[in-house]
Amino acid sequence: MTAQAKTKKGTAMAEKQELSVREKKEMVAKEEKTIPGRYYVPYADIYETDDALAVVLEMPGVEKKDLNIALENDVLRVDGQIDFTKYKDMEPVYTEYNVGHYARSFTLSNKVDQEKISANLEDGVLTLTLPKAKHAQPRKIAIG
Amino acid sequence: MAILDPFDALSSFQQALDAYRTSSWLDSSVSGGGAYPPVNVFRKADDFIIIAELPGVKKSDLDVQVKGRTIRVTGTKTVGYQEKAAVHRRERLAGRFDRAVTMPVEMDPDRVKAEYRDGVLALFLPRAESEKPKSIKVA
Repeated sequence: MTAQAKTKKGTAMAEKQELSVREKKEMVAKEEKTIPGRYYVPYADIYETDDALAVVLEMPGVEKKDLNIALENDVLRVDGQIDFTKYKDMEPVYTEYNVGHYARSFTLSNKVDQEKISANLEDGVLTLTLPKAKHAQPRKIAIG
Repeated sequence: MAILDPFDALSSFQQALDAYRTSSWLDSSVSGGGAYPPVNVFRKADDFIIIAELPGVKKSDLDVQVKGRTIRVTGTKTVGYQEKAAVHRRERLAGRFDRAVTMPVEMDPDRVKAEYRDGVLALFLPRAESEKPKSIKVA
């Protein structure tokens, strides 16, 4: 994917500092879920270039097939399910974090070309590239 | 803990994870190093499994070492942006990490397996033969 490829050339955040532990943020849903279980809010980075908006979400443990991305009325919804069958026959003895599905939605301010949205999942990080619709891109106006 | 009903599975699993929140099973202070990444330790039959979430860390930037009872996970996480991008929201953190976990039992270092998929690291730690419980026949 282009955004991912270009990222390598782009600016990388300082790597010298030590990573700290952050408690996962539990989701407070606008609509309540009918299935039991906690949802978490994935950490997100959002950045914009001249022709696209990129949304990067951290969703460790979510497989491609368990991802659901929807765009409706300018609201982008991302839902990632965790496959709990992997934890079958495993008995916790010591835990520091909890595991759950992920969900987050964003209201998009820019008009996005819905047909051209692309998604890439790599190492538990989902990168969504939302190309701007032609009319939303900066237009150069010639002075007559 | 058996997972049977898919609808009930998640909440009971989450409750089980909460119940063992920083239990005294691991004496983490001995190991030193940083606190990132947080780990979950599971028992499966005789063996142990350590699971850690490392979203955005490339397999090539991850290093796992085993020595005696201690397992050490080190690496770097990079968060990159495109050039000339206007950043609207920045929540993801980058940096290096060094975490050591000392297990209460001896492991078989030659049989330790590490798997990294979808940003989740799983370490399979087989218990050393000498640590396995022996049945004693009552005479």
